[in-house]
Amino acid sequence: MAEIYLKKLAHSYLPNPQKPEDYALKEIDQVWEDGKAYALLGSSGCGKSTLLNIISGLLTPSQGQVLFDGKDVTHLPTEQRQIAQVFQFPVVYDTMTVYDNLAFPLRNRKQDEATIKARVTEIAGMLELSADLKKKARGLTADAKQKISLGRGLVRQDVAAILFDEPLTVIDPHLKWLLRMQLKELHQRLNRTMIYVTHDQTEALTFADQVVVMYDGYVVQIGTPQELFERPEHTFVGYFIGSPGMNLLPVKLDGSIAHIDGTSIPLNTDYQPKSGAKLELGIRPEFTQLSPTASANSLPVTIKRIEDIGRHKIARAEYQGKEINVVVPEDQSVSKDYKYLTLDPNNIHVYADGWRLKQEAAA
Amino acid sequence: MSLTLEQVSKVESGKTYIYSTDFTLEAGSLNVLLGPTLSGKTSLMRLMAGLDVPTSGRVLWKGQDVTGKPVQERNIAMVYQQFINYPAMSVYDNIASPLKIRGLKRAEIDKRVQEAADLLKLTPMLQRKPLELSGGQQQRCALARALVKDADLVLLDEPLANLDYKLREELREELPRIFTASGAVFVYATTEPTEALLLGGNTASLWEGRITQFAPTLAVYRHPNTMTTARVFSDPPMNFLRLTKQGNQLKFDTGVSTPAMGVLADLPDAAYSLGFRPNHLTLERTSADALSFQVTVAVVEISGSESFVHVKHGEQRWVALVGGIHEPAPNTVFTVYVDPKHLYVFAADGSLVSTSALAKAA
Repeated sequence: MAEIYLKKLAHSYLPNPQKPEDYALKEIDQVWEDGKAYALLGSSGCGKSTLLNIISGLLTPSQGQVLFDGKDVTHLPTEQRQIAQVFQFPVVYDTMTVYDNLAFPLRNRKQDEATIKARVTEIAGMLELSADLKKKARGLTADAKQKISLGRGLVRQDVAAILFDEPLTVIDPHLKWLLRMQLKELHQRLNRTMIYVTHDQTEALTFADQVVVMYDGYVVQIGTPQELFERPEHTFVGYFIGSPGMNLLPVKLDGSIAHIDGTSIPLNTDYQPKSGAKLELGIRPEFTQLSPTASANSLPVTIKRIEDIGRHKIARAEYQGKEINVVVPEDQSVSKDYKYLTLDPNNIHVYADGWRLKQEAAA
Repeated sequence: MSLTLEQVSKVESGKTYIYSTDFTLEAGSLNVLLGPTLSGKTSLMRLMAGLDVPTSGRVLWKGQDVTGKPVQERNIAMVYQQFINYPAMSVYDNIASPLKIRGLKRAEIDKRVQEAADLLKLTPMLQRKPLELSGGQQQRCALARALVKDADLVLLDEPLANLDYKLREELREELPRIFTASGAVFVYATTEPTEALLLGGNTASLWEGRITQFAPTLAVYRHPNTMTTARVFSDPPMNFLRLTKQGNQLKFDTGVSTPAMGVLADLPDAAYSLGFRPNHLTLERTSADALSFQVTVAVVEISGSESFVHVKHGEQRWVALVGGIHEPAPNTVFTVYVDPKHLYVFAADGSLVSTSALAKAA
C-alpha cells in the first residue's frame, strides 16, 4: 500500500510544448494519501485518462515525477509498479473457472496454493461469488464477469494501488448499485489506495473519499463530495456536479449587495473582486425556492416547464432571458403561478472569471 | 396514424425473445422501452421497424398490415448507441443524405437541414467532418439525420448510452421538445429509470421478453402493476419486505410482529411483500402510524447533497436515500421508518394489491 506523490507533474503530447494549451495535463503537485479512495472526474478530453496512464506507467510524463511511498517510479514500466488495474470491459479468461481466474495474479507471482486458496475464498466471499467458484467464466453474465475483474484487482495483497478505469460503464443500473456498494465495502475492509476514473458524477461522489475534478487539463478542485456540492471552487465544478448543475447569473457587486438585472440581493458577506473580472452569482437548484407571492429580495420569474421526475420536480424558470433551474421536493407543490424565486443567502457563491471569491474578513 | 403490434412474438432457435405482445403507439407520442440488457428492447424495435419478421402476429401501420414489409419500403429512421455518420461527408451532407436519396430539390433540402441543425445546435459545425466533433455532437448529427427524414416512426436504441454524463443530461432535456415538434411515433430504448422519467411520455417496462406494463411514464412509476415492473422502474432499487397478515397482526420474516394499521388493516389474511422506494425510507418518524424497523448499517455513499445509507434488515438489503449528509458508521444499529402512504403492497404472485393509499402519495 502506498502514498502517491505526484511531484510537479505535467504532460504534453507535443515534442516542444510552449503554452498552457499544449499540455493535456497542466502542472500538479499533490500527495494522495495511503489507503484512501480517489475519483478522477471530468468529461472526455479533460486529462483524467492521461493522469491515470501516468500513474499506471503506460505513459511517461513530459515533466515531473511519480513517487510511490517516496520511491521514484516515473520511469518504471507498469509491471514493476505493483498496481492492479480494472478496465471498462471485463478481462477474464473464459475457459478458466472463476476460482482460477481469481487465483491467476497470485499464481503468476508464485504464491503457494494454501495462501492462494485462503485469499481467493475471502475475496470471492466479499464479492458474493462463492457459489460460482467452480463455474467456467464463459457462461457468466457481464456483471459477474466484471466482478471477477474487480476480484482479480483486489486479490493481491502487495499492490500499491488499484486503478479503476470506468469499471461500471457497461453494467445495468440496478446491478451498478450492487457492485458499487460491494466495492465501497471492500475499500472499507481492505483500506487500499484506490483510484477510480469516471465521467459519472454519481459514481465518483458515492465511491470516493476525495474527488479530483478535472477540466481542460487542470485539476480545478479536490474535495469531499460535500465540499464539491456546497462550495464549488470553480463554475465548472458547479456545473458538472449536481443534476441539474449550479445556476449561474451575471451579477454586479456593490460590497455585500448583488445586483442581478434590476433585482438587488443582500449577500452574507463583503466581496472585493478585482476590477474588470467577469462576475457571476452561483446558486444550486436545491437552494432556490418558488413561491406564488413576492417576498423581500425575490426574483420575478416565468416558469417555462415543470418536469416531474418522481423523486422531485425540476422547474425551469426564466429571469430576464436567463434559465434558472429549481428543484422542488416531492411533497411541495408548484405551478406556473409560482412567479417569485428566492435564493438561500447561505448558499450563494460569487465567481470572478470562473473562480469562487473568498469571503473578505468582516471589515 | 399509429403503429400496432397484434400478438407479435419472436422465437429463434427455440429461444423466445418476445412473448406474444399487443401494443399500440399513437402518432406524436414518445414511448420509452425501459428494461435491463436482454429484456427485449432491441428485439421489439427490430420487429417494429421490419428489420425482423415476427414468428407470429401482425404489425399494422395506420391499420394497414405491414408485417414482413422490409424496412427500406417504410419511412423509418433509426439511431443507435454507436454514433453512425458518413465519415467522409460534412455534417451538412450527413444530415442531407436521406433527402438527396429521396430526390428533393436543393432549396428544400437546405431548408430542412438548416432547421434540423438549428434544433440540434449544429449550425456552427455544418461544414466540419463528423470525426472532428465531440461525441455529443456526433450523436446530434445522427439524430438530425433521423429527424430531417420526416419519418413516420423514429426508433432510438439507447442513443445516449455512449455519451458523457453531462451531455446526456443536456440532450435528455432537449429531446422531448424535439420529439413534440416532429409528430412522428418515437420509440426510445433505455436501461435507466431516471432517463425514462426525464423524457416523460409513455413507458413500457420490459422484463424477459414481455411488456409488463404500458402507461404514461409517471403512472408506471407511481403505480407499478407488479413487483417486476417496480424493480425495472427503480433506481436506486426498491426495497422489499415479506410479511404474513393474520387477523390484525403483521408478521415479518424477521420474526417481529406489529399491529396492522391503515391500508394494511384492510387486507385479507395472506402472505404479502411490501415495497417502498429508497427516498421513502426515512431516518426520522414522519407520521404517527409509520412502520419502524431495526437495521444495521452496511455502507454509506454520499453524493454531496444526499446520502445513500445501505442497511441490512435480517437477510434483506435496503437503501435509504436521505437529504443532507448522514454518515453512520458501518455496523451501527438504528431504526428506520416508512410512512404507510408510501407503501406498495404486492400479493404472493407479485401483483399490486393496494393502490388506495397510493393515490394519496401520487
